[in-house]
Order: sequence, then structure tokens, then C-alpha cells
Amino acid sequence: MATPTKLIIIGNGMVGHHLAEQLVESGALERFEVTIFGEERHRAYDRVHLSEYFSGRDADSLALCEADYYTNHGITLRSGEAVTRIDREQQTVITAQGSYPYDQLVLATGSFPFVPPIPGNDSEGCLVYRTLDDLDAIQAAAKNATNGVVVGGGLLGLEAANALRDLNLDTAVVEFAPRLMPMQVDNEGGELLKEKIEALGVQVLTERATQRIEPGETSRLRMVFQDDKVLETDLIVFSAGIRPQDTLARECGLNIGERGGVVIDDQCCTSDPAILAIGEVALWNQSIFGLVAPGYQMAKAALSTLTGGDTHFSGADMSTKLKLLGVDVGSIGDAHGTQNPGARMFRYLDPITQVYRKMVVTSDGKKLLGAMLVGDNGAYDTLLQYYANGIELPKEPASLILPQQSGAAPALGPDALPETAMICSCHNVTKGDICTAIDGGAADLANVKGATKASTGCGGCTALLKSVVDHELEARGVEVDKSICEHFAHTRQELYDIVRVEGIKTFSELIEKHGNQDTHCLGCDICKPAVASILASCFNEPITDAAHVPLQDTNDTFMANMQKNGTYSVVPRIAGGEITPDKLVVLGQVAQKYQLYTKVTGGQRIDLFGARLEDLPAIWGELIEAGFETGHAYGKSLRTVKSCVGSTWCRYGVQDSVGMAIKLENRYKGLRAPHKIKFGVSGCTRECAEAQSKDIGIIATENGWNLYVCGNGGMRPRHAELFATDLDDEQLYRTIDRFLMFYVRTADRLQRTSVWRENLDGGLEYLKEVILEDSLGINSELERQMQHVVDSYQCEWANAISDPDKLKRFRSFVNDARPDPSIIMTSERGQLRPA
Amino acid sequence: MTATALKHTVSTDTWQPLCAKADLVAFSGVAAWLNTSEGPAQVAIFYLPRQRSQGQEKELYALDHFDPFSNANVIARGIIGDVKGSPVVASPLYKQHFRLEDGQCLEDEDVKLRTWKVAFRGEEVWVEK
Ligand SMILES: Cc1cc2nc3c(=O)[nH]c(=O)nc-3n(C[C@H](O)[C@H](O)[C@H](O)COP(=O)(O)OP(=O)(O)OC[C@H]3O[C@@H](n4cnc5c(N)ncnc54)[C@H](O)[C@@H]3O)c2cc1C
Ligand code: SF4
Ligand code: SF4
Ligand code: FES
Repeated sequence: MATPTKLIIIGNGMVGHHLAEQLVESGALERFEVTIFGEERHRAYDRVHLSEYFSGRDADSLALCEADYYTNHGITLRSGEAVTRIDREQQTVITAQGSYPYDQLVLATGSFPFVPPIPGNDSEGCLVYRTLDDLDAIQAAAKNATNGVVVGGGLLGLEAANALRDLNLDTAVVEFAPRLMPMQVDNEGGELLKEKIEALGVQVLTERATQRIEPGETSRLRMVFQDDKVLETDLIVFSAGIRPQDTLARECGLNIGERGGVVIDDQCCTSDPAILAIGEVALWNQSIFGLVAPGYQMAKAALSTLTGGDTHFSGADMSTKLKLLGVDVGSIGDAHGTQNPGARMFRYLDPITQVYRKMVVTSDGKKLLGAMLVGDNGAYDTLLQYYANGIELPKEPASLILPQQSGAAPALGPDALPETAMICSCHNVTKGDICTAIDGGAADLANVKGATKASTGCGGCTALLKSVVDHELEARGVEVDKSICEHFAHTRQELYDIVRVEGIKTFSELIEKHGNQDTHCLGCDICKPAVASILASCFNEPITDAAHVPLQDTNDTFMANMQKNGTYSVVPRIAGGEITPDKLVVLGQVAQKYQLYTKVTGGQRIDLFGARLEDLPAIWGELIEAGFETGHAYGKSLRTVKSCVGSTWCRYGVQDSVGMAIKLENRYKGLRAPHKIKFGVSGCTRECAEAQSKDIGIIATENGWNLYVCGNGGMRPRHAELFATDLDDEQLYRTIDRFLMFYVRTADRLQRTSVWRENLDGGLEYLKEVILEDSLGINSELERQMQHVVDSYQCEWANAISDPDKLKRFRSFVNDARPDPSIIMTSERGQLRPA
Repeated sequence: MTATALKHTVSTDTWQPLCAKADLVAFSGVAAWLNTSEGPAQVAIFYLPRQRSQGQEKELYALDHFDPFSNANVIARGIIGDVKGSPVVASPLYKQHFRLEDGQCLEDEDVKLRTWKVAFRGEEVWVEK
């Protein structure tokens, strides 16, 4: 075999990594000996989702590949080693550690944040927002800070502002232009955006040019503006645009654009044919592309150039859809209507719900040239398809941006899309590619994703991809199988309706009447717990009754959470996180007696770990004696209502948040649902109970309570959305009754409220119509059902320990009362833990 | 199959009583100790009472109680079901399925639980060592 080509990639960012991945996947790797230099100490990570670092993701979960990916494929990655010079004559790159020869070189050095040349811009507390290390620095600086300023009101600036707000800083955005996001929105849109963002407590200052930064009086820093007005702040994040990181290229004499950027052609070649450039550092046709999708397309073109293929880079669409500070902003094509002489515009502005939509169309009104959306991106996917595929607009183009009767966005059905329609721009997947994948044997969404990689980039195309795949499968006569498992040809929702309408009370009756007859009729670990949950939601019979116990997961069967060594954790209910000293003492005594490891949970309760199966009844006997009841930590049901101390103690509190939390927890405890449900109640807008990360979040106002719904922490955090404002206690219960029962009735199995909400046709608007306006006429029934659950509550543990038959199961062995000798504990920090 | 292949003798000394029928939980499992030739073993006993609509032949199954994926003794606490026609138990920890008939793990062909012959004798449950 010929000696492999020495390929060096400078930059281990998103695009550089994508090239490496393309090399691996194309099988071309054997012809190359690849070395990658990365200035950052982390291996390539998902910069697009960088801000999630502040909401719980770490470097590892943001990483674009496993730690051993490069080694496994024979690629050398030199992280934390910056290239300092390129010697084109010798064809070597030089770093502080040495010099390395290349045959082919790829520049993927991205860009750096532009810091305006303001005197004092290097003071302590002046930071930027681009890398994980930058975020660490911001986090560290925020520790001793109460307020922060972002310089720059563009896309990244608003993202940075959101991060500062999440770090609990009083946040302001300072923008030089007369409006926010000047690139993406017009004056009307900018004004609306400003209102929305100010409503979130972020101060917006436009038309402000910072003259200098000096030490402050009340805060660390002081910014002085053109009119000598000042703003004091503890930290400043510059987000005033990005500049291509083209220093290396400049210094070795490659062609550079007037305003920076390494000039490339359609093959991604620079002025030196041995050197290619891709991603944000590259300048193509006078343009820099500050998005990841065009970078990926350049990586593909570069691969093709390196391997002798003929894929070219031919520009990219810069349409974007974002959610900034929870506000939807979308921009498609020529959103300002300035690039197409004769273009006409449609505008729709709703000052009450704060929604702005604009379409730019050709003079004959037939084609869409661009669009702008603020406050609601519901129409984005449809408009993008009209734009990108030149689809002729409907007779009344305005219908696309006017509010719909049903509240749902006017969707452009997948069948109206041409084969060339771009479905996933990150991975360049068209509708035609999806059809090819399906015809090639990909018979469901997961397989289509696997075959095309669609929707594995930014994820923005997920909903569209699903509708195209479903549509194409149906068109091919494949019935899209929504069955819950092999035992029932029904979805969870259908099973729920069957159970309710026919009043079926046991699993055996359900499978007898509605199950698939060709199976053994035992059910399985998918349908049994799902049906158990439905039965509990509808009839609320004890889950340990003989007819129900075989349906339950082990946690429900033994009413405790199995841990990795087969022991259980015990979590008594501590409603609202309030506990008397006496009860606290009992918990300590029980833990001592049964040698349990104790830990305070995130839901303001106390978790007792390491309980042996055979000890559970005795432990619960003592807990119930002391007045405790089960906490349902094992169930797909209401877990906790977290609260702050509220007006009783806190000087800012405006309502009794603990009192409300206890009332709510007692009302909904025991409610079984498709998945677990968490609540939070805060006594004022400072939100110490983190209610907006819960399924149900309640924040006290001067006049009552604001209700937020469908938030989530966990793996995919989601901010809860404001659902209703200033409710009194009674209104609050009614609204939550309806909301929860509607969720119980319509969600899929194991679907948290956040995912349910994202998949709900018609979105939040629809949900509001159903719950607040009773558009389906089901509210009184939902309330009745909830009242039944509330009235029929009983503590499952109290029920079980009074029934010898139920206790039979809590034996280590049926023929030997001794404990399982293979459970071995060791001690650490004064407590026992599994060895 | 010839008649001789079916012929097997139940020699009483290789069988031992394990527990009472009343100790079992219908459509679920319990754990028990068993003295085997390789020493004492923890076994999971599953009881699937015969039902009208079912074609399944056996009512009782005995498998290892030990779950090789978690290294914990938990199999008896798994959920019972059938996958493609064979009765299985799902491990309560990491949810792998094991066929009750022969202990085969459906997710990993290299993993198989031991199984024992088990039967009712009157109101008692007997297992072959
Ligand atoms: C907060 C934030 C949010 C964003 N959101 C979106 C979004 O929603 N959608 C979207 O499409 N895009 C978004 N982007 C932009 C997107 O992240 C970039 O387009 C993409 O990362 C560009 O990839 P790249 O590989 O060209 O550059 P980068 O990812 O910046 O990678 C360049 C790498 O090269 C390294 N490097 C530079 N010089 C050297 C050297 N001399 N030696 C060795 N290594 C070097 C750098 O340290 C860096 O790690 C966002 C960016 C940020 C910062
Ligand atoms: S949310 Fe408000 S009332 Fe509750 S503890 Fe925080 S500041 Fe006090
Ligand atoms: S995050 Fe949750 S699932 Fe993961 S280790 Fe902690 S407790 Fe377990
Ligand atoms: S468009 Fe980004 S993943 Fe499909």
C-alpha cells in the first residue's frame, strides 16, 4: 500500500471534528495519517448547546464523541496544544511542543469573540462567551457578583444574558444599534423582543456606545456611555460579534478577505492548494458562515476534495430559529426584504400576546423570499419549506401568518414538499434521501435517523422529520405501529379510554377483551406497569392488591426503590419539606436501628438507603407509628412539592409558600400518572424553590399565584411555561386538577409533562384552550376524576402492613428467614454503603 | 419423537421439597434456597397458574435468583411477561429478559441463567437438585 498522506487538522471544534468523523465514516481513513491539534483542553464539544453547561450538562455530556473515539480510529488528537505557526515551505506546523510535517493541512480554527476596543476592556470582570473555559470564568466571577452586563444584543448576546440571569445576576443588555438582534429582526420585531425580554427582568439599553470602563463605586466596574451616563456592574460579558481566527493563515501569507477570513473556493481550498479551510474561519464568496450547518457542509466538501470526489460547497441558507430567553425568534431568507427589489411585505402584530410575523414575498405574491417571526415560531417549519423549495404560496398568503381558528400553526403537509426539500440542514438530508432510506429498508423513525443522521445535529428538524417519515411510511402502506407492545394493538391513550369507558378494573380482563390473541396473554414489562398505572389513575385501588401486584415494577411491588445491590431505599413523605424535630428524631432512630445510609434528596426529603427486603415491613411499622406515610418515591406518581420558606420567614415573601406546598402535596399525593410528577412553590419571584424546573411550578404574586407548567430538570432540562396568572387558592386547585388529569389521560407511557407538551399538537395555546376555556367540554369530568383520586387516597404502606397476605412477599427466602448473605456493606464517611 | 425419548424416571432422592404452594405469588416470583450438587444456590420460583386462553404448558419455573448483569440476587423480583410467545422474566435492575424455560437472556446470547426442574406435589413445591 502507498504511504498514507499526512493530514493535519488545526482546530478540534465542531467543524474540525465533523471532518474527522466524515473521514472515519467514508472509510477514507486508511489513506491518511491524521493528527488534530486543539487549543482547548477539552475534546470537541457541542458549542451550539454551550449554554446548557449552566443548566447541568458537563464537558463530558457536551462532548461530540466518546473519549476513546480518536484513538480507536487511529487518529492522533493533541488537545491543549495550539499551533503557533505554519511553515508552508517546509510543509510543517509548529507548536510549543514541536514541529509536525504535513502533506495536506486543514484550518478549522473557528472564530474568536470580538471585544470592542474600549479603554478598560481588559479589566478584571470583563469576559467573553465562547468556550467551556469562558463559562467557567463567568461562573467564578458570578460568585461574588450581584449584577452583570452583556455588551451586544445579538443572538449570542441574548444567550449570554440568559446565562447571567440563570446565575442569579441582575442582568442588563447594552446594544449599540437602535434595537435588539439587528441582523435578524426589524424595528417592530426588535421593539416587541425588547418588551418581552424586559418582562423577564432583563434590562435592555439600546443605542448605547460604551466609551470606557473604569473601576466602579457600588460595583466592581463602571461603564461610561457616549452621553456620559454610567452603568455600574460587577461583570461584563462581551458578545459584540465574532471574528475569524485567521492569524495563522495571515502570518503564512494565505489570501485573507478584507474584513478577515481565509478565502476559500468551492472545494474549500485556500490560495495554497495544500491547505484547506472550513467552518467559521473560512470566507466563501465574501461571506463568513457563523452557523454550524454550513460548516458541516464545508467539511463534506473538504473530505471530497481530499479524497478526489466532486462534492462542492455552494453556499448555505442562514435561516435560523431560536429560543432566546424563552422567546421564539425566527428569521428566514431575506427577512428584511432589502435584497429583492420590488418585494412586498405582509405583517401581523398582536400586541396583547406579543406575537409578530412578517413575510417578504415576490411582487406577484407567488413566492416567499423571506420571513421574520418574534414571539412564536410555530409557523417557521412551514414558511421555511415554502422559501427553501420555492413552493407557490396559497391564494391568500396572509393565511400563513394570521392566527388560525384552531390555534395550530398552518402546517404544510409533508406531501406538499418536493423531493429536494431540505429536511435536516445539519446533515444535508432531503425528503428524497429519507424516501431512499425508507425504500432501502429503514422501516421506522429510529432506522431512518440511523441511516441518514437526520435530526442528530441541532435537533431543530425533529418534528418535521417525524411527520415526513410517518407520511412516507403511510404512503407505502406501512401502518405506522403505535402499539404499546406486542400484547396490545393500542396506544396508551387508547387503553386509557377503553379502561375508562368500559370500566375495566383488572389487567386480565383488559388483555382478555382487548389483547392480541396470538400471544401468551401474560403481558410484559412494558404493558403491565402501563396498565397498572392507568388502573390506578382511574380507580385508585391499592397497587398491592392480588390482582395488581404482578403488574408492578419491583419498586411498586415492594413500595421502595431498588438500588444496585438489590437493597431498597425508603422515602417517607415530608410534605412541602416541612418536618417536626420529633419526626426528624424518629427518622434518625429508624436509620440507626436498621443501619440505613441517610441522605437528603433534591426534593427536600430524607432518603434511607440499604434497607433489606425483609426489613421493609418493620421499618414502615415504626415510621407509620410515628405518623409518617409513604412518599411514593417508587411510583410514577406525584413525588414532592418543593417549597421555599415564603412569607412566614422570608423578608421578601408575599405568600405562604410552605402552606400552599403542603396543601398541594396532600391533595395530589398518590396520583398515579404516565411518569413521575414534581411540583415547586416559591414565595416570591426570586424563585428559591426552582419551581420553573418542575412539572407544575407555582410562584407567589402580590395577588395570588402564577402557575407554570411542563418544566423539567433531569437529562433534558426545560423551563416551565407561564400558564395562568394571579389565581386564588381555589382557582389554582381547579386548574391543576384539570391539567394533571388531562396529562394522565393523553400522555404516552413514561412521558414526562415536558415531552408531552412538546409533542402536543397546537402546543401551549391548545392546552390553555382546553384547560382554561374548556374547549373540549371535559373539565367537569376531569375535576370529578381528580376528586375521586383525592377522596380514595390511602397510604399504601399502611394498607400493606395490616394485611398478612401482602406481607408474605417481604421475605428474603420462602424457606429460610435469614438475610441474603451476599449483600455486603462497607463503611464510608461514617455510614454504610454497598461494598 | 419416539416414546422412549419421553420416558424419564423421577427418582425421589434427586428431588427435594422447597416450600408450600401457599408461599408462591401468582404471576410473580419468590426466592428460595436450594441445595444443589454444586452447593447451596438461591433460586427464583415463578408461578404462572394455567389460564383458559393460554397455550403455555408449565405452571412452575425455577431459575437462578442471581442477576449476572447487576451481580445482585434479584431475579425473583422481576416482572413476568411473554416475548414472542415465550414466558420471560425481566431483571428489575437493568431490564434484560430471561426466558423462563431455559434461562436464556434475550439481549445477550452469551448469558444464560441455570434452570431446575420444579413441580407441585400436592400442596408442596419440589425441585430437582
Ligand atoms: C453560545 C453559542 C451559541 C451558538 N448557537 C448556535 C446555534 O444555535 N446554531 C448554530 O448553527 N450555531 C451556533 N453557534 C455557532 C457554532 O457554535 C459555530 O458555528 C461552530 O462551532 C463553528 O465551528 P468551527 O469548528 O468552525 O469553530 P469552533 O467550534 O470555534 O472550533 C474552533 C476550534 O479551533 C481551536 N483553535 C483555534 N486556533 C487554534 C490553533 N492555533 N491551534 C489549535 N487549535 C486552535 C479553537 O480553540 C476551537 O476549539 C453558537 C456559538 C456559541 C458560542
Ligand atoms: S422565593 Fe422569595 S419568598 Fe421564597 S425564599 Fe426566595 S426570596 Fe424568600
Ligand atoms: S443522576 Fe440519578 S440515575 Fe444518575 S447516578 Fe445520580 S441518582 Fe442515579
Ligand atoms: S437541522 Fe439540525 S439536526 Fe436536523
